[in-house]
Amino acid sequence: MLPYDFDYYLPKTVGEGVRLFQQLEREGKNPVYYSGGTEIITLGRLNLVETNAVIDIKAIGECKELTIKDQRLIVGSALSLTAIEEENVFPLLSKAASGVADHTARNKITVGGNICGQIFYREAVLPFLLTDSHAVIAGKSGLRQAPIHQLFNQKLKLQKGEFLVQLHTDRRFLTMPYVCVKRRQQWDTGYPLITVAVIKTENETRIAISGLCPFPFRAFEMEKAIQQGGPLGDRIQEGLRHVPQPVLDDVEGSSGYRMFVLEQMLQDMLRELEGNHP
Amino acid sequence: MISARLTVNDEEREVAFRPSDTLLFVLREKLGLTGAKPGCLNGDCGACTVNVNGTAMKSCLMLGVEGVNQTILTIEGLKDSPIQHAFIEHFAFQCGYCTPGFIMNINSLLKKHPNADDSTIKEFLSSNICRCTGYQEIEKAVKSLLKINREDKAGLQNDE
Ligand SMILES: Cc1cc2nc3c(=O)[nH]c(=O)nc-3n(C[C@H](O)[C@H](O)[C@H](O)COP(=O)(O)OP(=O)(O)OC[C@H]3O[C@@H](n4cnc5c(N)ncnc54)[C@H](O)[C@@H]3O)c2cc1C
Repeated sequence: MLPYDFDYYLPKTVGEGVRLFQQLEREGKNPVYYSGGTEIITLGRLNLVETNAVIDIKAIGECKELTIKDQRLIVGSALSLTAIEEENVFPLLSKAASGVADHTARNKITVGGNICGQIFYREAVLPFLLTDSHAVIAGKSGLRQAPIHQLFNQKLKLQKGEFLVQLHTDRRFLTMPYVCVKRRQQWDTGYPLITVAVIKTENETRIAISGLCPFPFRAFEMEKAIQQGGPLGDRIQEGLRHVPQPVLDDVEGSSGYRMFVLEQMLQDMLRELEGNHP
Repeated sequence: MISARLTVNDEEREVAFRPSDTLLFVLREKLGLTGAKPGCLNGDCGACTVNVNGTAMKSCLMLGVEGVNQTILTIEGLKDSPIQHAFIEHFAFQCGYCTPGFIMNINSLLKKHPNADDSTIKEFLSSNICRCTGYQEIEKAVKSLLKINREDKAGLQNDE
């Protein structure tokens, strides 16, 4: 049971959602957008989220879209992770999504909520970072679209009152070879020790990581180092020198252990993707 | 407080609750349906699982107001179902606290995947936690039902 009250709104259009936010903000209601609601409910129960009004975006058509249009895959932010897995139009996204929480929880957790949430793993963002996707954002002055690399730096940088409507991904990425592996401290469900997603494009190998640092990231510097010639082990060692800081050191695993696991994961994953290396 | 109509176990019920009340709270405290169990209240244990439009949902992760215009099924609405019999036959429970959640999850599994393979069964079952009997008996109960599904299908094909 949540220890406080809030009003619940269910807008049908993007415009209505944004207007509601402005109005509720003026009324001092401290509104929040509500997608799957799992984080708002669970953190709300602990008084870690406080609001007097939630704006549920699940009835907005654009937020539930999952289609290919003009050579782009459109993923609505309010789609549940299992809806994305079941459609499986973007296998790398399905794979990354399927590692989050457990199957029943993923019936409720949405892709937008995962990416915009406070809980910092945000594993569903990895495929979008690897594929230079674009985010469609709704705000006071309408819709805007921007490359995810411009908007996502540790977390999605939104202005007050804005919300994520869709993610657009160039269709050619959907069928590229990938490997996505989630290592947990124990069991088969739960938060990651480390999750690594790797995709092989026409001319490079791209890497994105969650669970290593207190934010997910596209490992541009590591990619450059790993792209250089030489034995795979040496290239990985060089890549590891470019890991952003801080590396997590918590009950899931020490920073030293995380680095050890990351090295092994990269060995296995790159070998699988690039073919057998010495 | 709001007053809303919820369709639970094929019955329409008018109920007053706060928009911030979880579905679990509304079911138990407002409708007297105590089959969905409060466990972790954090989406981890699955004891509160119900079906919403045929999909398994942890009712602690959902607001009651999100249940408006949806079809909600709780363990109380699942009377004398084959899963309940299979649980008895295969000793798939001990203290019984997690049982309604498991059964509602399996109900959704069998509807969506009548020929579920081992990995699908494992994926669904890992949404629920049992702390006393272990998972093997539960898995056996699920598999016994899938076997019946397969035999029924084969029987139907032979009849054709
Ligand atoms: C049991 C459980 C296990 C979990 N395990 C994992 C895991 O293994 N890996 C992992 O990465 N995460 C995990 N999480 C975290 C989960 O993915 C996030 O909490 C996520 O925020 C939940 O998504 P939601 O749709 O329910 O979000 P909500 O609760 O609806 O929203 C979360 C936050 O994001 C904001 N928001 C939501 N949608 C939008 C939008 N479209 N635009 C702008 N802001 C928005 C909300 O205002 C709110 O602040 C787990 C959570 C639970 C409950």
